[in-house]
Amino acid sequence: MLRANSMRFLDMDSRIDRSSPHSAFRIPQFFKHARAVAFAITCLFIGVSVAWASDGAAPFTQVARQVQPKVVKIYGVGGARGLEAYQSGMLISAKGHVLTVWSYVLDADEVTIVLDDGRHYVAQVVASDPMTEVALLKFDPGKDEVPHFELSMAAKAQPGARVLAFSNLFGIAVGEDPVSVLHGVVSAVAPLDARRGAFSTNYRGEVYVVDAAANNPGAAGGALTDSQGRLLGMLGKELRSNVSGTWLNYALPVAAFATTVDDMLAGRFTPAEMKDADKPANPLAFADLGIVLVPDVVNRTPPYIDRINPKTPAAAVGLRPDDLVVMIDTQVANSCREATRLIERIEHDASVRLGILRGEQFMEFTLTAKPDAASKDTTPPTSDEKK
Amino acid sequence: MKTTRNTLRIADCGLRVAGHSVTAARRDARAVRLLLVTLLHLFAVTGSLFYVGPILAETAVSPEPAVLAAEKARIETVARISQPTIAIFSADGNGGGSGVIISSDGYALTNFHVVAPTGPAMKVGLSDGRFVDAVLVGLDPGGDVALIKLLGSNDFPAAELGDNDACRVGEWVYVVGNPFLLADDFKPTVTYGILSGVHRYQFPSGTLLEYADCLQTDAAINPGNSGGPMFDSGGKLIGINGRGSFEKRGRVNVGVGYAISINQIKRFVGLLKSGRFVDHASLGATVSTDSDRRVVVDDILESSDAYRRGLRYGDEVVRFAGREIGSANAFKNALGTFPNGWRVPLTYRRDGKEVQIQVRLGSVHRQGELEAMLQTEQDDEQLPPEHPKPEKPRPGKEPKPEQPSPAPKDPEPGKSPHGPRDPHHPGAKGKRDAEIPKEVQQYYETAPGYANYWFNRYHRQRIWNAFLAQGDFAEIGWNWKIDAKPKAGNGEVAIELTEKNGSITMPEGKSGVEFTPSLTTAVGPPRSGGLLAALHLWQRLLLVGPTKFGEVYYLGTMPWGPTEKLADCLVATHAGVETRFYFKSDNSQLVGIELFLSDDDDPCEITFDDIRPVEGRALPHHWVVRYGDNVFADLQVTNYKFGAKAVAEKK
Repeated sequence: MLRANSMRFLDMDSRIDRSSPHSAFRIPQFFKHARAVAFAITCLFIGVSVAWASDGAAPFTQVARQVQPKVVKIYGVGGARGLEAYQSGMLISAKGHVLTVWSYVLDADEVTIVLDDGRHYVAQVVASDPMTEVALLKFDPGKDEVPHFELSMAAKAQPGARVLAFSNLFGIAVGEDPVSVLHGVVSAVAPLDARRGAFSTNYRGEVYVVDAAANNPGAAGGALTDSQGRLLGMLGKELRSNVSGTWLNYALPVAAFATTVDDMLAGRFTPAEMKDADKPANPLAFADLGIVLVPDVVNRTPPYIDRINPKTPAAAVGLRPDDLVVMIDTQVANSCREATRLIERIEHDASVRLGILRGEQFMEFTLTAKPDAASKDTTPPTSDEKK
Repeated sequence: MKTTRNTLRIADCGLRVAGHSVTAARRDARAVRLLLVTLLHLFAVTGSLFYVGPILAETAVSPEPAVLAAEKARIETVARISQPTIAIFSADGNGGGSGVIISSDGYALTNFHVVAPTGPAMKVGLSDGRFVDAVLVGLDPGGDVALIKLLGSNDFPAAELGDNDACRVGEWVYVVGNPFLLADDFKPTVTYGILSGVHRYQFPSGTLLEYADCLQTDAAINPGNSGGPMFDSGGKLIGINGRGSFEKRGRVNVGVGYAISINQIKRFVGLLKSGRFVDHASLGATVSTDSDRRVVVDDILESSDAYRRGLRYGDEVVRFAGREIGSANAFKNALGTFPNGWRVPLTYRRDGKEVQIQVRLGSVHRQGELEAMLQTEQDDEQLPPEHPKPEKPRPGKEPKPEQPSPAPKDPEPGKSPHGPRDPHHPGAKGKRDAEIPKEVQQYYETAPGYANYWFNRYHRQRIWNAFLAQGDFAEIGWNWKIDAKPKAGNGEVAIELTEKNGSITMPEGKSGVEFTPSLTTAVGPPRSGGLLAALHLWQRLLLVGPTKFGEVYYLGTMPWGPTEKLADCLVATHAGVETRFYFKSDNSQLVGIELFLSDDDDPCEITFDDIRPVEGRALPHHWVVRYGDNVFADLQVTNYKFGAKAVAEKK
């Protein structure tokens, strides 16, 4: 879980409750904490009230207008249920560099970038970092001016600071519509301990936890700024806490990816080999489900199903030979190799959702290697609930 | 288990600590420890800032006066905007949403999808604790707006209407309403946030409920907030909340809620008061964005007003209703805020030249079509009402994205509190009369095409009574002679009217028309669009009144005349033609007539002003007659002569 400040306090409380012999010794420390909390809260109150005090003039309206043109709408691959074909991005150079989050949306030769004023461009992926999941895109603005953030001018924020989140969440903005703006405060600066589906994130560094519902579908790649519109970080994908399972609202601080992006811009970035640390001890295999894929002959052999063994979970849900596996949970499986890699990252007794192309028709099947461990429900879930 | 124990202990401590000062507690190490544990727990667990009070007091922070002043202003605003906010329930006390009162006589706005399940009668809770009856007045199903009227008082607290076009992204807004039907005493819940987007477009949910040009906010809008008000930071009404984006996190707010803009509603309110189903507008042409990002007409109906005004295939739409049109979406967005029949300026560009025209918008649906659609939507039960005791919102419960916000499904679908669901739409043929409380029945009347025909009859009569107060024409007979002079140029104009025929003598020549049982071909004089027939029908209205005229209904208020001020409009059908009579909304003077000889031709429009009494009867002395883009005549009347009266004078 995000070790938010409040959670730390909770931990300490329980220690005290056990009436350890050292508890008396810790009391002064507690006073310090209590005062710190009181002080933080007071600051928060003042912060909120000052913002209110100056409404009417509403500085947020000006900040919003300054920042919105620097946040773009990105359109790429997707469109199936629960897989939006859009996300957000931040302009970071006058030459058309766009920073965003690596996702299936970018899994195309080119993606479309739409600016705040409706101008649109075709962009290519320059580089992506599997660790931070940051991706750099580039389009050619020609002689056009493009407003942008300067990463070197990024700011930092402490818990209690007011923030604004700019993104095209839910794809609400289209064409020349500016992106949406949400407001909130930084609730905590804490290490990320979260997962997407069954996978823990690679990045475990600090993130800004915010109390605005910043990380909705399509919001990934958007900008988190302070109340003056200075860039603080980039909104991440939708993630759930590893501890509580709740959906997180967070942003990656600029410091977490600034060097990487500099390297990417300079053309000297080489992604680190990812350790398969998350690989489950007892991983799932297609054989466990009763699926035999076609022989993996070339780099990108399409993951067609060759055979379905009788009396297996795959047979039970009605998978057939010649079905093409296109999705495993929310991940795109574009080759036998990728499909195998993805399936191996799932615990052997967890249920898995397969997206299948049968002829022209896209179908979804949910199956479990141990049929007694989960329901045989084949209705496709519309949320990530079952992952 | 451990958690439970801790919690119990905390609760216990909390009670004890409440009466002690921090300094007193300091004497006892154990007490101090418990106090801190308590405070920290309470803060951490509940997030409640309230309990931090004692510590704050000790650190002796005194906020800046500006902060305190802002807080005071905010509290005052919240108190003010809570008053007109209402909680709406179905007549049996089940289900419901929110609403807002917009006039002291009790007219209130809510969502169509809030009243759809309640039927024509509902109960309304006010923030002062009053619980009153209310009746459905009019429906705008396309825009998801309903007008209702609270009964039993003429002194309801009304919200002040604002201007959402002046709102900017980043502005503070308040959302007031009854989310999850929390308020047992009807004191509404207030949430606040900023405008996340303006001029947003949200596609229709199902076949109706399109949110064009709506406001997007991060203030929490939840099930039960539907129909409730959104206020700007000054406490002015800028929208009606009704929708949110939900996805995998369950049917609770995830930072995106939408409100229907008040400027759109302002255009519809006057029409909704007629008790009708009010339709949205169409241009009679469609546009698309071409590769140069120009918005061009890609299809146009030759029968549309836009076509008659000169708009053609391939023209570039530059401005519409005062807005720059940068994309087909922007056009759709602007168009969606207008009611059927409204006239708006449109600027198009052809061969590099810009032309501005005034276009009369058509309807989206054919007559009866809207009702038929409502019926099917109702059958689908797409819009379950908020239940009074909702299940705890379960995060992760599978939601349908982009749905209007009322709410958790009826826990016992088979045992609907409404009894067997009436397949008919509320209003049209509505709930069985037996289900409508007595107090409401006297304000409710069914008729095809109406949400509540009672209000149509009421307003028709109200306008006519106010008109009659300026003089009764019933006795003066059909024989009229009217002398006039053209405003520009010389010459005389003489008009003679009888029950059977009419004639006009102008410097250009003389023209006559027989008033036959069908007037569809009575186009004379040439290029007037049927001036003599229009005058004949004017006479008919004055002499026999709206009840005997033929079919006469109250359309509502529409912009009229050069000032485009809203005027009450009666639509009268007789002799196969439709005539619209416009009455000034403050004093019910008759200020205009439009005669439509056919559906796909321009009407003959007569604008009346310089209204003065002639022998105790208010009559217009300045007429402007238009047909299409041209002024047919601009006349100053010098004399009215009525047959019966003339005879009387001779004696």
